[in-house]
Formats: sequence, structure tokens, C-alpha cells
Amino acid sequence: MRDNKKLFDKISKRLDLLAKLPVCKEDKKDIYEELSKKGIDRRDFVKWAGMMTTTLALPASFAPLTAKAAEVANRLPVIWLHMAECTGCSESLLRTEDPSIDSIIFDVINLEYHETIMAAAGYQAEQNLENAIKKHQGNYILMVEGGIPTIEYYLTIGAHGKTGAQACRDAAENAAAIFAIGTCSSFGGVQAAYPNPTAAEPLSKIITKPVINVPGCPPSEKNIVGNVLYFIMFGALPALDAFNRPKWAYGNRIHDLCERRGHFDAGEFVQHFGDENAQKGFCLYKVGCKGPYTFNNCSKLRFNSHTSWPIQAGHGCIGCSEPNFWDTMSPFEEPLGNKLYHTAFNGFGADKTADTAGMVILSATAIGIAAHALISGVAKNK
Amino acid sequence: MTKRIVVDPITRIEGHLRIEVIVDENNVITDAFSSSTLFRGLETIIKGRDPRDAGFIAQRICGVCTYSHYKAGIMAVEDALGITPPLNAQMVRSLMNISLFLHDHVVHFYTLHGLDWCDITSALKADPRKAAKEAFKHTEYPINTGEDELKRVQKRVADFVKQGALGPFNNAYWGHKTYHFTPEQNLIVLSHYLKLLEVQREIAKMMAIFGAKQPHPQSLTVGGITAVMDILDPSRIGEWKAKFEMVSEFINYAYYPDVVMAAKMFNNEQSVLKGCNLKNFISHSEMQIGINEYLFSTGVVLDGDLSKVHAIDEELIKEEVTNSWYKYENTQEVALHPYSGQTNPYHTGFKDGQSLGPDGKMIDTKLLDLKGKYSWIKSPRYDDMPMEVGPLATIVVGLAAKNPYITPVATKFLKDSGLPIAALFSTLGRTAARCIESVVICKHGMKALDTLIENLKSDQTTCAPYVIDKNKVYQGRYIGNVPRGMLSHWVKIKDGVVENYQAVVPSTWNAGPRDHKGQKGPYEMSLIGTKIEDLTRPLEIIRTIHSFDPCIACSVHMMDTKGNALGEYKVEPNFAKI
Repeated sequence: MRDNKKLFDKISKRLDLLAKLPVCKEDKKDIYEELSKKGIDRRDFVKWAGMMTTTLALPASFAPLTAKAAEVANRLPVIWLHMAECTGCSESLLRTEDPSIDSIIFDVINLEYHETIMAAAGYQAEQNLENAIKKHQGNYILMVEGGIPTIEYYLTIGAHGKTGAQACRDAAENAAAIFAIGTCSSFGGVQAAYPNPTAAEPLSKIITKPVINVPGCPPSEKNIVGNVLYFIMFGALPALDAFNRPKWAYGNRIHDLCERRGHFDAGEFVQHFGDENAQKGFCLYKVGCKGPYTFNNCSKLRFNSHTSWPIQAGHGCIGCSEPNFWDTMSPFEEPLGNKLYHTAFNGFGADKTADTAGMVILSATAIGIAAHALISGVAKNK
Repeated sequence: MTKRIVVDPITRIEGHLRIEVIVDENNVITDAFSSSTLFRGLETIIKGRDPRDAGFIAQRICGVCTYSHYKAGIMAVEDALGITPPLNAQMVRSLMNISLFLHDHVVHFYTLHGLDWCDITSALKADPRKAAKEAFKHTEYPINTGEDELKRVQKRVADFVKQGALGPFNNAYWGHKTYHFTPEQNLIVLSHYLKLLEVQREIAKMMAIFGAKQPHPQSLTVGGITAVMDILDPSRIGEWKAKFEMVSEFINYAYYPDVVMAAKMFNNEQSVLKGCNLKNFISHSEMQIGINEYLFSTGVVLDGDLSKVHAIDEELIKEEVTNSWYKYENTQEVALHPYSGQTNPYHTGFKDGQSLGPDGKMIDTKLLDLKGKYSWIKSPRYDDMPMEVGPLATIVVGLAAKNPYITPVATKFLKDSGLPIAALFSTLGRTAARCIESVVICKHGMKALDTLIENLKSDQTTCAPYVIDKNKVYQGRYIGNVPRGMLSHWVKIKDGVVENYQAVVPSTWNAGPRDHKGQKGPYEMSLIGTKIEDLTRPLEIIRTIHSFDPCIACSVHMMDTKGNALGEYKVEPNFAKI
């Protein structure tokens, strides 16, 4: 409780400070007023703030602070860059939830540059980016979607043939905080999978400033929006794990809160997709679920406003928020424990990369989980 | 005196696209060049992997048409292995496909294309009362266009504009002479633009109900589907049905009337009515609603001749790279069939030169090499001919084939808009075709759900069993139609892993550069002859290009049949590693 009090005071202080910052949109003083203009009533807003508070793993008493954080968010310009990607992360952002939360993103954060949404094109688009960097120097959030090819002609943007990597460096220089949105910008993603034909790299390898990784393919809409709020409240990087992922979102394994966990512990498994155990909702470990090795909050928050998530839809987790998952977690429909020394690339997978600390842990976990699955399976059969 | 104009980035699309045009002294486009400036190489990455993973990787080709490549990757492997998924799986895949199509088309019209037709600044001058009346001229049951609603929309945007921080609306071509809606009509479309931000979130949930999430659903597996608990849960089926009905209302009473209104108001605007120039269309059967029952037809229509529909011979689908940044090796062939395709990147760079800058003066720029290679997109050809794919092709082939689902809706649209059939072959026609396709799906899509429910009464299988024999060689393909047009994935399996993978995608057909005969693709052809009102604000170019709904990451290819390592690719020595 005392820790909570400290945290509460700290956030309050931080928010007071932020409230004193110069306002970008001069006559936008009160978010409730703004929201009501947009047809969102106070009740909806409080509901949303409460939801976000839980999302951020804060005690419920922090809800007013979350609301306050959203209030000062209107002072935060956002620049969003597209690198080598599929636009799935932007699409995920567009699905952001609860009544008219898309309006909050649209109007409250000052979205200065986003190629999928912005009206301007060509030179006019380039001007928007340059102006935003200049005008909001040191105050804007940079979000980058996509891996960055390090062989320069694999990605150029604009009439002057500027490379993607250069665009990232230019925008990062004056950014207040930098988020790598999605597994591609966090870890290189699908284009960096073996044999990485474009020598794609994560954002953190391209620029020298600290990067907060928000992985997932795509990350849920809540993980994208939640991180912005976290930044506003603390004014610093949130607590991060070894892969620079915010612990509030990526602190637990999928397995920890999985709705099928009881079946795992009871040794009840789907043996093949479409068998009768699948109809009963048994554990998906034996058809390849990577939930035990994957750190993310999907099992708690799901996707598309809690509509569903892969395990609910009967397919195992593919581990999409882990580094190099395309290589280390595949084949996706086989248990990882079976595959440690027999991957499709003659050992390029989990075993070959096991020289990194993370992967050693992953391998050890894999063996442990496999053993558990086996033992509990045996127990069930007795 | 001719001038070169560069538009890069083309925004409000998926991926990285550049258009360069040459205009004559009358500002008429005499030549056009379409180039993708991004290269990812996903097909190479699929090689050597478990065939069951192919769909998951292929899906990451695109997060917009997020289900298209997933389904295509899974079905190509099923075709290779000779698997027919159970009817339940086929129908659930259709329900997800319906969600995808509807989502894609409305998001395209409003979020990506809408601002090419609707001038937001003009909407601020509208009289909301008149606008509310105006809405009834285009439909009996208008959505979100009551006087008070429109007042609120207008005030919301006016406040936004007053602040001077326009965010995503900043610095666009507002006030351009080729905008033709009245202020009241602009206000109606603007209201729908904002409403759609909510509606699209609900349509995404339709996909998530049986697909786990959207983008990148995860409930398909080789042999069937995994969402077995969801299809056995009546509340989930009910949820899907309710959302389908809500979306159908938006499409019938907002989207359709807005497109008809555009057709009426822009019917003197040459830049959107000027013909396609290339009138070859190819489309494939898709959108299964029952056992062997599909909403769209298969066929080829040549030179706009609706009296004949030719059958598709899959052997005649080929890709060439004469003007693409790739090189074919160890072959005399100019164009290769996807099963034997190769992709060796061979970038030849930009040329230093001058083009028209943002303030109307010529400035130094990097230009495409118009005589050489200039795009990361290949040039697919059917029987050596360029083809347009997409909703316009679906409608044209549907009309030629006298398709019973498409014909009445297309005919009604022409009647409601007062356009002659020839007007379909244009930028406006392409935009309308997407709406017609959506209405067809709304009218008949529910049949897929009925088929599922009927079948579940006696059969609850969701997956077909299969074995991958490591001693056998397999070859198969998916060929069908996705929101942007005809898509095919081609796979070879050997030693139990993927030996070869190739995707020939809609935007490659449409956005590819010219071929060895100098034949241009649909993007380039559609721009030629367009008069540009203001050379520094080329709204006509982006409006026409957006009418194709560009999805460029899809069309950026790479496959290497020889398994070369990266170090062996041919690269220009002057491009250093960063």
C-alpha cells in the first residue's frame, strides 16, 4: 500500500508538471469539454479511463490519474513512420476500442504524420513531416512501424530518394520518446527471418537513442495506446524487460492467465485440430501452442475489444511478441519441446541461437514445459 | 515543353509507391511510370519451412487485406496435398472472407479514397438543414445525416480547423477545382467518414469472432479451421449475424448513396471519366456461399468487349522483369510461369535530374530511369497481355458472364447514377465497382451462414486429415479473388518442406511497370491523357491511383529457386551497406 501511495504521488506530481507545459492547441483546455463536443459523455470517458488503468496493471484508485493523463495527452504530437511492413500495426491502432476511442487518438494526440491516414501526398506530405519535427522539437513521440532494410535501395521514401533508415534517424534526433510498434520495428520481424534477404534490422539497431519495444504481430490496440499513456504519466521509459518491452504489458506469459490453463494442468490436450478434445476446449500445447514461452497480455486483454484471441479461436499461440519468433518458434503447429534439435533449417532454430541468455532460458523452459505436458499427460492416462 | 512530376509518397495506401508522370504544355499526362520503392522478400523466407507455416508467413505480406494471403497460403498447400476441407471449414472461411471484403471496401472508400472526393473545408460552409434534406435525395433511409448530427459534425471539425493544428488533414489539396460536391454533399460524406471509424471497428470484430483477431487472424490450419468452439456457440453466430446486418445497413444507406451521388456530381469531370485506356480484365471465382456455389465468376474480358468471356488458362499466367529491379538467370525466357519463377534483385538506381517542385519551380530530384529498370514490382501478363484486376474486373467479367448476383446490382447502379455502361471503364467506374461488389455480398452473403447452420445439424467436422509424405514431391496453387482482385499463390513441396513459393498478387497486375514490348500496366495506362489542373497539387493523379486501392507491400516480390545466399545476389557496387 505504501508503495502505491508513493507511486500515486509521483504520478500526480508528474501530471501537474505536464499540465503546465505549453498547449499545442490553444483553446483545447479541457478534455471532457472536448470529448462532449465529440459526443462522448463523461460516463464513457470514466469507463474508458478505468479500463486503461486495469490495462496498465495499476490499482483501481489510479483511474482518475489515467483520466488526467489522457487530458494532458493533447499536448503530445505524434509522428508515425512506415518502414518495411504490412501496415497491420496501423490497422490495429485503428481498431482501438471503447466508445470513440479512435476519436481520442485522432483528435487528442496530435497526429502530425501518418501515411495511411493523412490527406496530403508527395511533397506536401514531406513538408508535413519536416514542419512537425521542427515545430515540436524535443516534444513529439516517434512511433515506427516496420523493419528497416540496411541495404539502402531496398527502401526509399520521397522524391529525393531518402532511405528508410535515414528517415528514422532524422525523426529520432528530436523525439521526446521513441516507440517501436510491432515485432518488425522491435526485432526485425518477418522480413528479418532467415535468410533475411534485405538485411532488415530493428529500430534500436538503426538509431542511438533508447527505444521502447511494443512487439506483437500486430500488438493489440491496447498495448499501443497504453504505452502512450504510460509515457505521459511517468515522463520516462516504463519498466522494461530484457528485450525493452514494457513490463506492464509483457511481464507475464500467455500461459500464466490462459483460459485453457486448467486443461494443461489436468493433462487434457487437443491431439489434432478438429478432434473431439478441440470441441471441449482442451489445451493446445500438443498442436504447437507457444503460450508457455511468450510474454504478452493477450490472454488477459484479447483483441478487437475483447472479442477473441488465437487460443480462444482454437489455434495455439505462435509467439509473435518474442524476438526472432519466425525462426525459433516454428513450426508453429508442433510443440517446441519436440523440435529443439530438429528444425527446418538444420539447426538454425532454437538450438542454434541458444547461445544467447534469453534463448537458453527459452530452451530450458521448453524442456521443462514439455516434461510437464508429458507427465501430466501420463497422469491423465492412468 | 514537357515537365516531369514526381508524387512520392503516395499516401493513404498500404506500402511505398511512387508515381512519375510527364505532362505536355497543356498539362496533359503523356506518359506515366509506377514504381514501388520497397523490397521485402517474403517468398524467399517461406522456402525451406514446414508447409503448414506457409500461410502464417504469407499472411504478413499484408496487414490490410490481412486474411487474403493467409487463406491463399493455406489453400495452396491444401491443393498441393490434395486436401478438400470439410464444408463447415469452407463456410467459416467464407464468413471471414465476407468480413474482410466488407471491411476493406468501406475503409477504402472513406478512410483511403474519400478525401479525394470530399473537400472537408467546403463542408464547413454547408447549411446542415439543407444537407439533411439533400441526403434524402440519394436514399430513402439516410444514416447519420440528421440536421443535428450534421451540425455536431460540422462544429467538431470547425473547432479542429480553428486551432490551426489539422493533424492528418493538414496540407492536402483542399479547394482544388476538381472537387465537385456542394458544401452540403461534402458535409454528408464527412459525417460518413467519421461514422465509418466506428463501423470499421465493428466489422473487424466480425472477422475476430471466427478468426481470433483482426488484423492477422489465426484460426485456419491446413485441412480446415480451428474455431470449432465458436461455431458450436449460437451466441457467437448470432453476434456475427447482428454485425453483418449493421454493416449491410451502412453499405446500403450510406456507402451506396454516397457513390451514386459522386457519380452524379462528377459526371462532367474528365479526370475521373476519361477511360482506362487498357480494357483487359481478368477475374476469378470467389466468395463461396454453398456447396460449389460462388458469388463471383471466372473469366477474361478483352478490350472492354462484354459480349465475350474467355476461360482462364492458368498456364498463360507469367511474370516478366524487363523493367523491374530483378534479373532472370540461366533462361532465354522473357517471362516465367510462377511455378518456375525466379527473383534475383538487381537494383540499377535512380538518375539525377530535375522535376517540378512543390512551389512550381524545377528542382533537383532523384528520378526513375525511364529507359531501364524502375520498380520493385514485376509485370504479370496473361497470354502476353497486361490485365486489370480488382472489383472493376469482377463486375465487368460478371456482366459479360451474365452472373445472376452481380448483373442486377450493376444494372441498378447504372440506372440510379444515370451513367452509361461505357462509364464503368474509368476511375469513377472503378470506385463504383467496389461499392457494387459490397452490395452483392450484403445481399447474398448471409447464405454462407445459413449453409453452415444447416450443415452443422448433421456434421460437425472442421478439419480433414492428411499426411505429408517426405518422399513425395507436391505442387499446388490457390487462385481466387480478394478485395483488390485476382490473387494466386503457387507452392512446391519437396522433402516435407517448401521448395518454392510464389505469389502473383492484385497490385502486381495493376501497378507493375511496362514489359519488353513496351506494354504498360493498368496504373500507368489509366493516367495517360489526364489533364492536371494544378501541377503542384496533382489531385487527379492520386484520385485515379487510389481508385485501384493500392496495396504495395503485397506486390513486392522475391523468390530464388536456386537458394542463393544473400552475399551472392547481384548488387550495384556504389550502394554501400549502411
